[in-house]
Amino acid sequence: MPNIIGASKKSFVTGNETAAWACLVAGADMMFGYPITPQNEIMHYWTRLAPKYGRGFLQTEDELSAGFTVCGSVQSGKKAFTATAGPGNVLMQEPFGMAEAMRLPLLAIIQQRGGPSSGTVVYSQQEVTLTTFGGNGEGMRIVYSTASHQDIYDYIIKGFNMAWKHRFPVFILGDGYQAKMREPLEMYNPEDRGIEMVKPYPLIGVEGKISAGREPQHLNNIYSLEEELYEVVMKVAAEYEALEDSIVEYDEKNCDDADIIILSHGVVSRAADDAVKILRAQGIKAGYFRPITLRPYPHKQLRNAIAKSGAKKLLIAESAYGQLERLTKQEIFGETIKIESLFRPGVGIIDYDIINKVKSVL
Amino acid sequence: MSLTRIALAGEGGQGVQSIAEILAEAAYNQDQQALYIPNFGLEQRGGVSIAFIQFSDIRIGAPKFHKADVVVALSERAVSRTAIYSGPDTLFVYDNGFHVSEQDLPREAKRIIGIPAIQTANQELHPRVFNIIIMGAVIGLTKVVSFDAAKDALESKLGYKFEKNPELRELNFKALELGKHMAEKALQEGGAENV
Amino acid sequence: MNAPAVLKVPKSWYLPSKPHKFCPGCGHGIVLKALGEVIDELDIQDQTIFGCDIGCSLLAWDFFACDSTQTHHGRTTPVMVGIKRSRPELVCIGYMGDGGGYSIGSQHLVNAAVRNEKITLILVNNTNYGMTGGQMAPTTLPGQKTETSPYGRDPETTGYPTMGPEFLSELTPDSAYIARASVSKYKQLKKYLKSALRNQMEGNGFSFVEVLSTCPTNWRTNAGQTWNFVEDEMEKYFPVKEFKNPLGKGDK
Repeated sequence: MPNIIGASKKSFVTGNETAAWACLVAGADMMFGYPITPQNEIMHYWTRLAPKYGRGFLQTEDELSAGFTVCGSVQSGKKAFTATAGPGNVLMQEPFGMAEAMRLPLLAIIQQRGGPSSGTVVYSQQEVTLTTFGGNGEGMRIVYSTASHQDIYDYIIKGFNMAWKHRFPVFILGDGYQAKMREPLEMYNPEDRGIEMVKPYPLIGVEGKISAGREPQHLNNIYSLEEELYEVVMKVAAEYEALEDSIVEYDEKNCDDADIIILSHGVVSRAADDAVKILRAQGIKAGYFRPITLRPYPHKQLRNAIAKSGAKKLLIAESAYGQLERLTKQEIFGETIKIESLFRPGVGIIDYDIINKVKSVL
Repeated sequence: MSLTRIALAGEGGQGVQSIAEILAEAAYNQDQQALYIPNFGLEQRGGVSIAFIQFSDIRIGAPKFHKADVVVALSERAVSRTAIYSGPDTLFVYDNGFHVSEQDLPREAKRIIGIPAIQTANQELHPRVFNIIIMGAVIGLTKVVSFDAAKDALESKLGYKFEKNPELRELNFKALELGKHMAEKALQEGGAENV
Repeated sequence: MNAPAVLKVPKSWYLPSKPHKFCPGCGHGIVLKALGEVIDELDIQDQTIFGCDIGCSLLAWDFFACDSTQTHHGRTTPVMVGIKRSRPELVCIGYMGDGGGYSIGSQHLVNAAVRNEKITLILVNNTNYGMTGGQMAPTTLPGQKTETSPYGRDPETTGYPTMGPEFLSELTPDSAYIARASVSKYKQLKKYLKSALRNQMEGNGFSFVEVLSTCPTNWRTNAGQTWNFVEDEMEKYFPVKEFKNPLGKGDK
């Protein structure tokens, strides 16, 4: 890997620029993309950087094509990625489904915008359901919900590695705010942090000559018999579940003695973090829990936080109308903690909103 | 310095986003935490352009905010558009050359201050440095970055232009200084309180 | 004319998948035999990537002893584009029906052609959706009865058949290869397929062959009626010829 960054360096950049740099240092070979706000600048930065480092780019005719060209590129053994949002994410669920079925280690950066439909081009957390369980499958994917530029950078590097190590598609779930805002970021070469990048390998066009006796690789995603499909899905599910503990990531603060745990993900967790500090200063025992992976979900860790704190209430705060709440409810089914909600679909949430909500339900 | 939240708003092309970015970078270069986010999207096309900037000693939470510490409205339309960001603790600044009715001004504000930025730009300097006067005013009002740090940030952003035309450097630095003094003077004089 | 008897199995065929799964009288077997012979003659078995669309063309997924991938309905073109753009040394063949190419995947076909993607697409035109039970396709002839045009295709309400090579010729530069072949003309079919592959191998550009084919199962035709439909009806409506051939230019 070339030394792209040099010594680790601080910069003040947008989230989209962060994403392009992270893909570059992670050794991504190809990006396929289609314009949609608010992810466009990932393509803009990538198209400026890529030729200098021998990487490729194609602007496709639509998101279906972007997703499927990424699938093809990954099959041929390249680290390939795409970026999209909103209606583009809807279209890409088709190729993402193929990636799930064929275990194609693609990486997709989702910068959530408002929905449903064309919604807004600005911001939301309304692509949680779609990104975690989109398509006609079982959600066999890894979804990292980032909260800062450092997260975007770190989890893109990690995401490529998880994708190629485990062969599950990986999603970096950001949002329009993270895409467009500028904040400090520390960039580094993964190798300088002791991170070894997993090498990609081809699934077709593999080494060895068929004419000299190698078996041809026939990749498939469709089955004649119900039982055949059943075997495959069950095998994939078992592999996914066995990996859960090693993939799951979360962040937890002040939950030991919390009366109320504030659960949030992504950029909203920054406000939740601030809110907990302020509430604590006011003598209110609030705790903070943030799932970093939404798939797989840190359900054991959340159950544990609820159990050890003895908290009476769980406040779920999200810039959507209950997508994180539904996900959480199914993951911690059986818990008797009372769930309160702060739903602000398509708009930001600040510490003030959370503090007010906490005071109104305690 | 604790958290300071600033909303700058104006017409597209007035350079609102440029000065927001320069201010945020100036703070970042001084090892402060800074976060800047523009409004973008459909509204931006032909609408009022708003920049949200936050400065702090510690990591900044949510990227946007409901109420700003300082709102600066750079156009008549921006006055009514940004009134919602003004709360009981907000310093609301607009150009006293604007024709705005009482009802366009925010209902809540700690103080509402008018400054002669447009007039100064047009008569004493050059219309193109209007936004730099505003940048100077923000520094005068909030001290979020030092005057020298702002000059450095301007230099790093516009240095390539200054190299070609050194007079431009003079003009920008002068604008920055005038803006700062203008704001400091307005603060001393008081402006309208608790309207 | 009858399909030529299978005397010799092409080296590039994958024997465990034989006999193949196409219906008796289906034209796919003829197209694939010709393609296999061409792969052998060009000696590209080891670098060929064969991509299959959904539809009857899918049944070809393990037909060859070449690396292959199944895709989704209409999405073979972008998958092949993704592979070719990543590994230009591979020879990428997208295999699809008229529904996959001209209907659900038409945006990919159009744009791959416009970008002059250096891939080879083979589109088998049998005037209906065979796999799903014989519905009307973009290529269904005027008046032709299908499950979704039981009184015959009415161009007033459903338009006229899509003329693929004709419009693709308009979209592509001179370096593209565009042809329409027919399973009734085997030698010519082979020649066109070979040219379409050579055009990719030489790095010229987009290469496309539509092949007029048969579907006796859904046409509900016997052997004689099947061949009559191809030769009399289809070949009259859809001109069989090379539309663009950049190969051998300046040879004469």
